[in-house]
Amino acid sequence: MEIQVKTYAEYLASGESPEILFWVGCAGSFDDRAKKITRAIVRILDHVGMKFAVLGTEESCTGDPAKRAGNEFLFQMQAMNNITVLNGYNVKKIVTGCPHCFNTLKNEYPALGGNYEVIHHTQLVQELIDAGKLKVQGGAFKGKKITYHDACYLGRANSVYEAPREAIKALDADLAEMKRSREKGFCCGAGGAQMFKEAEKGNKEVNVERTEEALELTPSVIATACPFCMTMMSDGVKHFNKESSVKVLDIAEIVVGGLKE
Amino acid sequence: MSVSSIIFLLLFISASALFIRNIRRVRRNILLGKDEVRNDRKGERWKIMTLVALGQKKMFKRPLPAILHLFVYVGFVLINIEVLEMFIDGAFGTHRVLSFLNFEGFPLYTYMIGSFEIFAFLVTFGCAVFLIRRNITKVKRLVMKELDGWPKSDANIILISEILIMCSLFLMNAAELTTYQRANLLGSMLPVSQYLVPFLSGISDEGLHIIANACWWFHIFGVFAFLNYLVISKHFHIVLAFPNVFYANLNPKGKFTNLGSVTNEVKAMLDPTFTPPPANPDQPMRFGAKDVQDLSWKQLMDAYTCTECGRCTSACPANQTGKLLSPRKIMMDTRDRLEEVGKNIDKNGKFVDDGKALSGNYITPEELWACTSCNACVEECPVNIDPLGIIIDLRRYLVMEQSAAPTELNMMFTNVENNGAPWAFAQSDRLNWKNEF
Repeated sequence: MEIQVKTYAEYLASGESPEILFWVGCAGSFDDRAKKITRAIVRILDHVGMKFAVLGTEESCTGDPAKRAGNEFLFQMQAMNNITVLNGYNVKKIVTGCPHCFNTLKNEYPALGGNYEVIHHTQLVQELIDAGKLKVQGGAFKGKKITYHDACYLGRANSVYEAPREAIKALDADLAEMKRSREKGFCCGAGGAQMFKEAEKGNKEVNVERTEEALELTPSVIATACPFCMTMMSDGVKHFNKESSVKVLDIAEIVVGGLKE
Repeated sequence: MSVSSIIFLLLFISASALFIRNIRRVRRNILLGKDEVRNDRKGERWKIMTLVALGQKKMFKRPLPAILHLFVYVGFVLINIEVLEMFIDGAFGTHRVLSFLNFEGFPLYTYMIGSFEIFAFLVTFGCAVFLIRRNITKVKRLVMKELDGWPKSDANIILISEILIMCSLFLMNAAELTTYQRANLLGSMLPVSQYLVPFLSGISDEGLHIIANACWWFHIFGVFAFLNYLVISKHFHIVLAFPNVFYANLNPKGKFTNLGSVTNEVKAMLDPTFTPPPANPDQPMRFGAKDVQDLSWKQLMDAYTCTECGRCTSACPANQTGKLLSPRKIMMDTRDRLEEVGKNIDKNGKFVDDGKALSGNYITPEELWACTSCNACVEECPVNIDPLGIIIDLRRYLVMEQSAAPTELNMMFTNVENNGAPWAFAQSDRLNWKNEF
């Protein structure tokens, strides 16, 4: 059966209201690799039968990259426009596909009038597994060595360290930790609007340094939970010509791989 | 009153007066910063201060330096009890005034002095290892470029002074111990200075008295000098660590400040009926930070609290991959510029434009644009300093006042503005992903 993706507007038109808003984010909407993660998140929501809506063409950048780059005007313009849309639909709960959207919506919107319960998709996965609504099995990942790369805006920025790891453990995979993990996690190099510019002059790319550390563990999979980390780590794996032996997958994609039908 | 009491009291009064004057100067400099509310959630603040400042919780992420630092910290605090006795002796011409605590069958005072010797030994040991780490084994974060010159000397001066001050204690105790043993007065041995006794046995009682006296004065003078050196040195962290952790940011690290001045402008743009509140004539409106006065008082307190340990820089992804940015240098620059502004005010009565600013003269755009805002520096800091907040405020000035963002970031801004995404994709295509199931 084809998966239904409905917008908030469509829900309202049909007289229903969704349980949760899925905030897709710009990378999840436009970046080809991140779009696969978006679809994996949708598969999970669909699998558990959760009534979710997206904003579709009414969604707009949260303003995160503008804010980190110092453009507070542009950030607040984006935030206030988004808040008008979100409050217009009386949105209560949001799940995001991106730690940057998650951080901004959760922490920086309330002072501008946007108060929502905001969770990241890895937290939703953990909630669903804990509640017994999402049943996963090892399958393709059983016994495979997976290392999880902490996203800064999930980890240090918001102290979400365990949810992504719990999902990996639920799959009976062999979770291997890099030397720098959790609070000590080493950035992929994309944060703070670096994603949108060339790196400053240095002697190494940040993502190469981080991927090198991950590859020392000889994992089958490098798990990420952020579309920007995904880009940086995938590029890093290509840099070392390891694409054939090491996959970079989002937690949502890994979970979809282990769904019990 | 004896001559020595008068000399002591003069020293005491002048050292204290100088210290108070310096402290007030630092306080004035910190208060040049903008207002920021940091006295809410008192319960949490006391707790975090107890854990992080008093309990050194974050130091223990790196156990070896943490243990050595604990020796120096605990030793320093406890030996102050002996210093208090020395102050009383100095003021009233007494000799070891607390020795009445040596009770028959329970020589408490001797035990106290003995345990202070053990702590003093641990302080000496810690400082010696720290000197080795800085000057011989050259631990990377302790020999980086930004420490060349004064910062390096500052660190060595502190460590050598502490060793000398402790050694004067040992020698003083050893000289007295030698005299006492000759007169069969002191039965108990002191754990460290007893080993110095054989070296002093050839010296007359008179000579030993002079040595003990000289060491006493050296110690007293050292303590007063150190007290005043603190305030002009990175070592001031021993005082400021406590308030700095108390007033630290308690919000999630990812939550950046929202600029209220911008909110008013944006509201006025979106809603023509909105009237922004009148501007405060005392504080000229500036978006972001050009100079230290544009930062908040807490950011300036952070700068005075920094003891240049470099944990931030050693965790910084930009720095570790050879970029110019060093979060420690951000803090050192902020303090240096604030000191310069302070001297300017001392000289002129108020700040007179010197054509310089924190942005540009001290911290360059290349440093600022290397930051990934990953919060590793904030996480690492044992006294909860936030270099990232300063970096972002300096970026805000570059972007909003100077329109000096890198070209690619300006393109990103344009895309967000026009398409609602950082890339040049049409907003109408935002839901296309659902057609590819």
